[in-house]
Amino acid sequence: MTNRVLDLGGLDALIGVLREDGRVVVGPVLRDNAITLAELESAADLPGGWGVETGPGHYRVRRRADTAVFGHSAGPQSWKRFLHPPRRTLVTSDGNGFRAAPDPAPDYAFLGVRPCDLAAIAKLRQVIGGRKPFVVAAQCTEPGEVCFCASMGCGPAAGPGYDIALTERIDEQGQRFLATGGTDEGAAVLDRVPARRATPEDTALAEQDVQAAARTMGRAMPELDLRDLLAANRDSAHWEAVAERCLTCGNCTMVCPTCFCVSVEDHTDLDGTAERAQRWASCFEIDFSYLHGGAVRTSPAARYRQWMTHKLGTWHDQFGTSGCVGCGRCIAWCPAGIDITEEAAALTREHGGEQR
Amino acid sequence: MTWTPTPYRVATRTVETHDTVTLALRPVAESLPAFLPGQFAMIYAHGVGEIPISISAIPGDGTLVHTIRAVGAVSKALHDAEPGTVLGVRGPFGTAWRLDGVEDLLVVAGGIGLAPLRPVLGHPSKHTLLIAGARTPQDLLYQAELTQLSDVDTVLTVDHGDDDWQGRVGFVTEPLASVPLDPERTTALLCGPEPMMRFCARTLLGRGVPAERIQVSLERNMQCGAGLCGHCQLGPLLLCREGPVTGYPVAEPLLLAKEL
Repeated sequence: MTNRVLDLGGLDALIGVLREDGRVVVGPVLRDNAITLAELESAADLPGGWGVETGPGHYRVRRRADTAVFGHSAGPQSWKRFLHPPRRTLVTSDGNGFRAAPDPAPDYAFLGVRPCDLAAIAKLRQVIGGRKPFVVAAQCTEPGEVCFCASMGCGPAAGPGYDIALTERIDEQGQRFLATGGTDEGAAVLDRVPARRATPEDTALAEQDVQAAARTMGRAMPELDLRDLLAANRDSAHWEAVAERCLTCGNCTMVCPTCFCVSVEDHTDLDGTAERAQRWASCFEIDFSYLHGGAVRTSPAARYRQWMTHKLGTWHDQFGTSGCVGCGRCIAWCPAGIDITEEAAALTREHGGEQR
Repeated sequence: MTWTPTPYRVATRTVETHDTVTLALRPVAESLPAFLPGQFAMIYAHGVGEIPISISAIPGDGTLVHTIRAVGAVSKALHDAEPGTVLGVRGPFGTAWRLDGVEDLLVVAGGIGLAPLRPVLGHPSKHTLLIAGARTPQDLLYQAELTQLSDVDTVLTVDHGDDDWQGRVGFVTEPLASVPLDPERTTALLCGPEPMMRFCARTLLGRGVPAERIQVSLERNMQCGAGLCGHCQLGPLLLCREGPVTGYPVAEPLLLAKEL
């Protein structure tokens, strides 16, 4: 497939084409001092000129020196909230029969999906299924301080699964996006967008920018088999050390783009009907592991161990892959600044043995 | 996987003990696929909630039989469901007791743990030995039925006896340590509180029964039945899929870890 080069007008036209086809286009917008995700009507909705500054327990938007629209790393929201909404009615009951609730999800096009989140969408859909969204990925040329996607094999180059991948570049030739079709559907959409053919130099520059991004990644997971590390450390004293800092607030699970757990709640109406709905749940909630007689995981240490072990270890047993993509959200949005890469490194130092 | 239950009507309600009943459920219209011994259903009480309940008998005519102990809001609502009540059922879910090639069958149950094991008591193995325990004589399930089972040797024991109790007093591990059994031929199925299963398995291992021929039924919070809600995790296992019936070599390290 031939690569194209779009300017900002071309990006605007791309959004227009996707909307013309009946898709709800969702992408990054600036709202409440954060880069969040919302429906886009045009490229003007994108957070042009806004970047972010992240760290453990830290997230701030900042003005950029340029007008980049994808010059920000992962924000507080992820595409999970669209593919796996925070609350969804499952079934209604009138006491004698049941009706499945309709799935109100529209035909989505996600625009500006970072490679870590592209991987997260695949992992999430592997668990929960559902319709495949149209994905316009934005390759990462500027990782944030809490990012570690390179060490999870999920970036900064966009892996498979996108329909179109964009690489943004701003230089003396202006602001432009190298566009690569990843599917026939993506290529067909690109054909309808005003763009010029990419030169070999355009493609080489984009590749160079993405490769450079891998070298400026703020963090990395230790290089060893994390699944083995966690399976061997169920009884480590280190969990108590984390628990001294962990507030068990569950923020990490809410911002995680792959954390899929839900609880089912029952609601009754005065007219005698009842509804069952699922809502995002967190393994940090005491009631999450409730059995008659009490919860199984009562201590913060056991709950943190469950989260981290599932994310990095037992996800492999259950789904054949890691549950972590290295987006760094859990680090930025932890009010105590707990850093999963640092906790993995500490476990490795204390118990890990041979590095790979 | 569907979240939508299939309506079943309570056909009969048999009081088993002071807090436990057995419900026979008949489909209102459509019926669910057949259940195997060890598998469970998600049963919904209108407006109250849905909980996992093992199948406790398989009559073979599409009737679902469940024994329910009232311990929480939903189990209380199900316990109180009178004949005619419509309940919602989803399933069958989970793994079944593996009975292929069984020679001597040893069944050890604690409390309500006897319910998921009841369907295997009719299994045509050469010899079945049942050791069932309960807190008090009033908590023993299926007492009349158990005395009538042919081909099953039954040992009952209670933690605390009373003036009328003539039988054994003590944990199930005590008879388990001394009953005659051939470790080379024995397949053991265990269901009850986790410490009970751990101690029983340890006793059996000590008597030479290989871990591969010990099966346990494990329990965690379950809400979906299809590995979607995350609640039933026990280490690497999603117990609604890889359990509840689990081989002891897999279960042992998981049962030894605290708060897993």
